[in-house]
Amino acid sequence: MDLTTTYLGLTLPHPLMPGASPLAHDLDAVRRLEDAGAAAIVMHSLFEEQITRDEAGMMHQMLVHDDSNAEALSYFPAVDDFAFGPDRYLEQVRAVKAAVKVPVIGSLNGTTAEGWLSCAHQIQQAGADALELNFYHVATNPLETGVEVEARLLETVRAIKTHITIPVAVKVSPFYSSMSHLALELEAAGADGLVLFNRFYQPDIDPEMLEPVPKLQLSTPDELLLRLRWLAILSGRTRLSLAATGGVHSGIDAVKAIMAGAHAVQMTAALLHHGPARLTTTLRELRQWLMEHEYRSLAQAQGSMSLEKSPNPEAFERGNYMRILQTWQPKVGNR
Amino acid sequence: MGELADEWSSKGRQNVWGLVPQVVELQSEGGAAGTVHGALQAGALATTFTASQGLLLMIPNLYKIAGELTAFTMHVTARTIATHALSIFGDHSDVMACRQTGVAMLSSGNVQECHDLALISTAASLRSRVPFMHFFDGFRTSHEVGKIEELTDVDLRSMLPDELIAAHRRRGLTPDQPVIRGTAQNPDTFFQAREAANGYYDACPRIVRETMGAFAAMTGRVYELFEYAGHPEAERVIVIMGSGAETARDTAAALMAKGEKVGVLTVRLFRPFSIKDMVRVLPKTVQSIAVLDRTKEPGAVGEPLYLDVLTAITEARTTGQFAGPMPLICGGRYGLGSKEFTPAMVKAVFDELDKEQPKTHFTVGIVDDVTGLSLTVDDAFDLDSTRPSVVRAVFFGLGSDGTVGANKNSIKIIGEDTDNFAQGYFVYDSKKSGAITISHLRFGPKPIRAPYLIRRASFVACHQYDFLDKYDVLELAEPGAVFLLNAPYAPDDVWQHLSREVQTEIVEKQLKVYVIDGYAVARDVGMGNRINTIMQTCFFAISGVLPRDEAISKIKDAIKKTYGKRGDAIVQANYKAVDGTLANLHEVKIPAAVTATRRMPAAVSEDAPDFVKRVTAVMLANKGDLLPVSAFPVDGTWPLGTTKWEKRNIATDIPVWDDVLCIQCNKCAMVCPHAAIRAKVYPADQLAGAPHTFKAIDFKGNEFPGQKYTIQVAPEDCTGCSLCVAVCPAKDKSNPKHKAIDMVEQRPLRDAERDNFAFFLNLPEADRTLVKPDVKNTQFLEPLFEFSGACAGCGETPYLKLITQLFGDRALIANATGCSSIYGGNLPTTPYTTNRDGRGPAWANSLFEDNAEFGLGMRLAVDHHHEEAVALTGALAGKGVVPFALAGALLEFAEPTEAGIRAQRSRVSDLRRVLEGRSDVESKRLFGLAEYLVKKSVWIVGGDGWAYDIGYGGLDHVLSLGRNLNIVVLDTEVYSNTGGQQSKSTPMGASAKFAVSGKATGKKDLGMMAMAYRNVYVAKVAFGAKDAQTLKAFQEAEAYPGTSLIIAYSHCIAHGYDMAFGLDQQKAAVDSGHWPLFRYDPRRTDEGQPPLVLDSGPAKITLDKYTRGESRYRMVEQAHPERYKALLEHAQSDVNARQALYEELAGKKA
Repeated sequence: MDLTTTYLGLTLPHPLMPGASPLAHDLDAVRRLEDAGAAAIVMHSLFEEQITRDEAGMMHQMLVHDDSNAEALSYFPAVDDFAFGPDRYLEQVRAVKAAVKVPVIGSLNGTTAEGWLSCAHQIQQAGADALELNFYHVATNPLETGVEVEARLLETVRAIKTHITIPVAVKVSPFYSSMSHLALELEAAGADGLVLFNRFYQPDIDPEMLEPVPKLQLSTPDELLLRLRWLAILSGRTRLSLAATGGVHSGIDAVKAIMAGAHAVQMTAALLHHGPARLTTTLRELRQWLMEHEYRSLAQAQGSMSLEKSPNPEAFERGNYMRILQTWQPKVGNR
Repeated sequence: MGELADEWSSKGRQNVWGLVPQVVELQSEGGAAGTVHGALQAGALATTFTASQGLLLMIPNLYKIAGELTAFTMHVTARTIATHALSIFGDHSDVMACRQTGVAMLSSGNVQECHDLALISTAASLRSRVPFMHFFDGFRTSHEVGKIEELTDVDLRSMLPDELIAAHRRRGLTPDQPVIRGTAQNPDTFFQAREAANGYYDACPRIVRETMGAFAAMTGRVYELFEYAGHPEAERVIVIMGSGAETARDTAAALMAKGEKVGVLTVRLFRPFSIKDMVRVLPKTVQSIAVLDRTKEPGAVGEPLYLDVLTAITEARTTGQFAGPMPLICGGRYGLGSKEFTPAMVKAVFDELDKEQPKTHFTVGIVDDVTGLSLTVDDAFDLDSTRPSVVRAVFFGLGSDGTVGANKNSIKIIGEDTDNFAQGYFVYDSKKSGAITISHLRFGPKPIRAPYLIRRASFVACHQYDFLDKYDVLELAEPGAVFLLNAPYAPDDVWQHLSREVQTEIVEKQLKVYVIDGYAVARDVGMGNRINTIMQTCFFAISGVLPRDEAISKIKDAIKKTYGKRGDAIVQANYKAVDGTLANLHEVKIPAAVTATRRMPAAVSEDAPDFVKRVTAVMLANKGDLLPVSAFPVDGTWPLGTTKWEKRNIATDIPVWDDVLCIQCNKCAMVCPHAAIRAKVYPADQLAGAPHTFKAIDFKGNEFPGQKYTIQVAPEDCTGCSLCVAVCPAKDKSNPKHKAIDMVEQRPLRDAERDNFAFFLNLPEADRTLVKPDVKNTQFLEPLFEFSGACAGCGETPYLKLITQLFGDRALIANATGCSSIYGGNLPTTPYTTNRDGRGPAWANSLFEDNAEFGLGMRLAVDHHHEEAVALTGALAGKGVVPFALAGALLEFAEPTEAGIRAQRSRVSDLRRVLEGRSDVESKRLFGLAEYLVKKSVWIVGGDGWAYDIGYGGLDHVLSLGRNLNIVVLDTEVYSNTGGQQSKSTPMGASAKFAVSGKATGKKDLGMMAMAYRNVYVAKVAFGAKDAQTLKAFQEAEAYPGTSLIIAYSHCIAHGYDMAFGLDQQKAAVDSGHWPLFRYDPRRTDEGQPPLVLDSGPAKITLDKYTRGESRYRMVEQAHPERYKALLEHAQSDVNARQALYEELAGKKA
């Protein structure tokens, strides 16, 4: 079975790869991912805040007491040798690149077109074959319009593209007024791919202590549906490579993502949960399903269920909503 | 020196022989000396660095190393020995205490010499076999930043020939050619054997001379054993060692230029003292000599160098080695504890020698109005102002604003990137929060040899506007100097805000004034409150030290160098700061005359006691140098409670109490490190006359029915750490961001809250006998430890404050040297204070290493006084002097409850009334001892450096004795006071100096070791995790009739995070099992219970959830991720194992 796909200009033997996750922190895990058959390695993200605020803040706490007291001119061993900010990340990119043969996709997470982006260039120099920009933006500023948010995203992409020559995929949230239009704009701004979608960590609330509680919940297969819809809508309408991320837990999930138009399928939660071997299983299931259903190649299925080609395109549009509501019946026992 | 060597070692940096030396930290300098001795005996090259008290601990080994003729060189930053007080600063009292040990002593006087003589002494030791102590002035030389020529590895190799090193190794102990050393010798042989080494000492000066010769041939830098500089036919000569020699030579040259026949003889090789070499360079014309010693030997004929020179010249004349007439030889002391030694003082000495009858023994640099020994110094005499090509800049900054760092950077820029020479010296105060720094920088086209502070500055910068109202910042400005001021005012507005004193100086000296709102620029460019780059840019822009554009581009280069590794964003922010600075720096138009009517405020309030006004206030104004000898106590005894007069106003934001939300838990008062937020209950009628903003509400508890309740902040003493806000549990239900305590800008609140706090202090204290022993109620007890100079958010001081609240009026405290002795006892003001009865903690610091023993001694004395008082009471009752009933009641007193203590004190008063005026010996004795019938509480306090390391032997012994002592270890898991060196308390995986890549071994379980004695009360506490357990432990420890040990978790700046999160980290430490809470009470064994009670349950979080919040761990994780992972896993399994063991001991598991 020919599972070959092209993602961000990279020819891959199949579309399955780990999504950006802490797995790439650990060289052993990276090697196991490759052994499990990953078509590429997407690195964990280097956060804008890591480069600008947090690490600088930590360093500040170490240095702020220096040169204040005759008896102690400092309180820590000289920090010059400690890799704060991007250094550590870049080393890891180099190490991962050296450890595996498959393409390595670096990942930057940030929302401003500021100086921190210059380290995209360093990521390229460190050997990354492509870069994923995770535009993790939570719209908390009531003075910033949706247009301005999009403009900032586009500006960020354009800025990144001035720093590097490797392909850039943009990972966004589903919360845009016109995703299709945004995709075109991204394409015009120079993006090479679109990763659908990032997930917001949603804090819980502790009502006793009146405190928000940070919470990380891994994705479930339910979340795939949102990705399928937008993949299907965008497929064939943009030259951007499309990747699905969020909700792919099995081979059949991957099949659906491919049919909706994905060129690459990223898995994160399932791998964190079950380990890198889960990728092998998923790949086997994907291959198995295509064989059983007498597909010649993966390409044959790619985008087959897009808005353009789907036999029932309104399923992805408003019609779906109306029909589902009208046919919905409460379960027996709930009457 | 040690820290740098350790860093190089940990980085694998090779020495000139291609090897990486091992650096090992010991428990004390005594241990280091023993280890060095062993390494030398086994044929290795070894060295050690130390100073002050540490050097004293090495003395026994120095005798041994010298007695065995061992090639060895140590390097000592000569620092003061503690006597009437500790001083961390510089003089020769430590090295002079070693002059009799048999080590050769070579003195260097500036940074270049230090570099050079380190090599010369090492080479000379290898050749002579006499061990060397190379020393230089602590701080003045050790901390000076200057431009030097560096020796190359080739230079080093050529001076240290392989054959000498091989010979040293051959003398080492080896079982292949065994010998024995360290024998014991009997009266028949010891003496002769001791004399057998004489030849080596006789040869040593020649060897040093030859080594210096070889060095000069190699580098062109010439040194001699004794170096004379001055008039060839000098009549007056100063003999001196160390950095002071530079000043003396410089001054002599200036005086010679005026035709005076003066000279300076610098001593480099002090031991072995070569009479021949000294008199060879001494002009025969000399008529009078002043020998200056930087040490004091009370009771001696004179100080050591004086005695040597006197003896040497006398002997040289007797033996014909010196042909001149016998000069008059005087001895003078100067520069103790880093006291300034200036050209004016040198001139005063020469002037004295010119007198008909000079003082044969004198001091210079102080005003001694008691014994009249001091020389009069003409402060107008100065050499700096004779050198207009030298830029002399003085900067006043805060420790936290980065002024010193920026200045060091400026020196680098000028010293490394231009042909100019640069010198920097930095003066710090001893506060750990809000500390002021004064930087003295000189730049010029010729090498700068001026080891004294700038007295005439061509540039003065004040980086903190408030300093203008505290210190005479412009005192040092010379006429026409440039004055740079960081002020929150516009250039056309700033003038009217200045005090009359400041305006007067500006007008009279015709200063050129520039102003910038540095904090506004910093905020605008996203630098927070770091104004270092901004103020540095200002300096370069207006000082004229470099052409402006060149300077700016060099600053930017330096920024790139410093921050480049951290990413472009930080670099860009700094570039922005530089550009923003130039746009916001303005010259101020100075009116022709002074316009201000406002005067500079007094340093202390009018209400302060006389001593505080006469002495403390002068120190606070930074003019302590002016205080004469008569101002001081003769024995180091000072009054308590002086911090309250020093209103530091260092907090930008202070807590504000919302009386409606407050649930009256008093946790804010409990956690406050500075006793700057307090709680009181008091009768409602006391509110009469309260300031109109004073807040009071009904007290909610049933302990004090009908009374009023207030939480009050001390606005000018708060450090703004916000721990009170962090602990406050009372949140506004509709707006949980708002708590019963919020931080609010201090300045607008200052005046009103000052009045409120004054009113609050005058409210009556709660009746101690009615206060319940819980967290809430004990916070109504008056703290007798307040407003210390500890770091904002300090994790140690809340424990000390609690001790003083509970037991302060009857406590003696023995305090080990460390943070707690510095914020506890460093002048100008000290935090331990008294209550309204005049009672309070009696506090003393002996040393670092002996504190447990010191406290034990206090206990023995107190017990002895008590026993004597008991015996006398009985005896006098028997004689009918003391009524039986009173004596009976006095002697029955056992339980130290508050009520019991009050009753006993009242009985003691009765007793003293009975005894007053009686003339019999026993009555007089009992009158003096009667107070000891009230139980005293002895506390031994110190940090982990003391308890785990240097003082552990003594602590262990004291634990074993079982006397009634309360020992508190303020455990920061690192040497905090000296700057973050690892101790045996440092946890596995944490980085510290001497454990750069993360400590590989676990934290020593001191509690378990103490429990092994089975009769010691042991508790481990963390007030931020469980304050009630902390309180209970302190109460139980004090009540326990034997020895108690409390190990108290103390968050610390050396952990590397914002101290506002200190309580969260304490909680995480406990929740992760890193810091299990327990109380081990041997008395429980009698009740058939396990003595150990675990107060914290099984771990709720993994260890990494605790460690990730602290830089000391994070930096290891960043630098060595794999190693860190392994260490953390190991540490986690240790935590699990310890928890299991504790649970078993506590009877929780079968």
